[in-house]
Amino acid sequence: MADAHATGQQHPLKIYFWIWGLLFLFSAASYGTDFLEHGYFRWALILLFMILKAGFIVAIFMHMAWERKALIFAILGPPIVLLVLIGLMAVEGDYTELTRLDFFSAPLAPAGHAEAD
Amino acid sequence: MAHSETVTAAGSNEPGWQGLVGDWSADKQTFQVPWGKAMMWIFLLSDTFIFTCFLTGYMNVRLSTPVPWPNPSEVFALQVFGVNVPLLLIGIMTFDLITSSGTMALAVNFGYRRDRGRAAALMFITAAFGAIFVGMQAFEWTKLIVEEGIRPWGNPMGASQFGAAFFMITGFHGLHVSAGVAYLTIVAMKVLRGDYEKKGYEIVEIAGLYWHFVDLVWVFIFAFFYLW
Repeated sequence: MADAHATGQQHPLKIYFWIWGLLFLFSAASYGTDFLEHGYFRWALILLFMILKAGFIVAIFMHMAWERKALIFAILGPPIVLLVLIGLMAVEGDYTELTRLDFFSAPLAPAGHAEAD
Repeated sequence: MAHSETVTAAGSNEPGWQGLVGDWSADKQTFQVPWGKAMMWIFLLSDTFIFTCFLTGYMNVRLSTPVPWPNPSEVFALQVFGVNVPLLLIGIMTFDLITSSGTMALAVNFGYRRDRGRAAALMFITAAFGAIFVGMQAFEWTKLIVEEGIRPWGNPMGASQFGAAFFMITGFHGLHVSAGVAYLTIVAMKVLRGDYEKKGYEIVEIAGLYWHFVDLVWVFIFAFFYLW
């Protein structure tokens, strides 16, 4: 599809209707996760439907699947560094919580710790 | 725009990895798309960093507070005929945005087919769904502020950081939706008037990229703020 740009991104309507339908399905499914118990299963499903929805929007609706690699890598590459930020802040957040529990409720057992997040 | 001539004059359009190396090293225009589209993608990349910083900040305060986080499922529940439905309004808002994304994708398609009547009509519909979204958000904010007493510095349900994270993240997203509604309306009027008959209809795709991005951000907000 390298020459898709000569005429712009033109694709059969059918594919848009399919993806539209799928996005509705995934939205309904992710809304459904709200009725599950909090836990790893629920979180895994939330992430799964989130990634599926985001992937289809970027790949099909935003036409990334048909773009040249030069653009794909320039746009989708840099956000990878954000994972470093997220990782650092997750560690930092846990550390801060432990420090606060230590300072604010030293005489008490850290009850409510598990419920805090 | 003499864009397509530039591209063909620039030489080979090899696909795949060879093309990647060629595009970046051949001492010519790197991105073989209209400049407006490349710039929109780069703007959206910068916006990705902004929203990720917000969501990461929210993750950090939620992890670090020893006070229980208010349960979004209950905070955002609505009473319908006496039944408490969790996250109802947020669910409707999600479907509203997905619908608008679909109509936008169709508008792009009709634009490239040079069917400017349909393209403009679908863009107006998209903008209308966006306006409805902002309306529902205004309703949600009013309910939270007036009835539930949620403030950026505290709330009756739990961790005081809840309000700050909520208003910051959904507010910034709502601002994007509002700007998108204005942007789509302006472009749709110009499409309808025939301003792009000579230049081509890439502008519809560029506006579409922005709109899909707004929907994309909502996917992450919905997952991390409302469902987590």
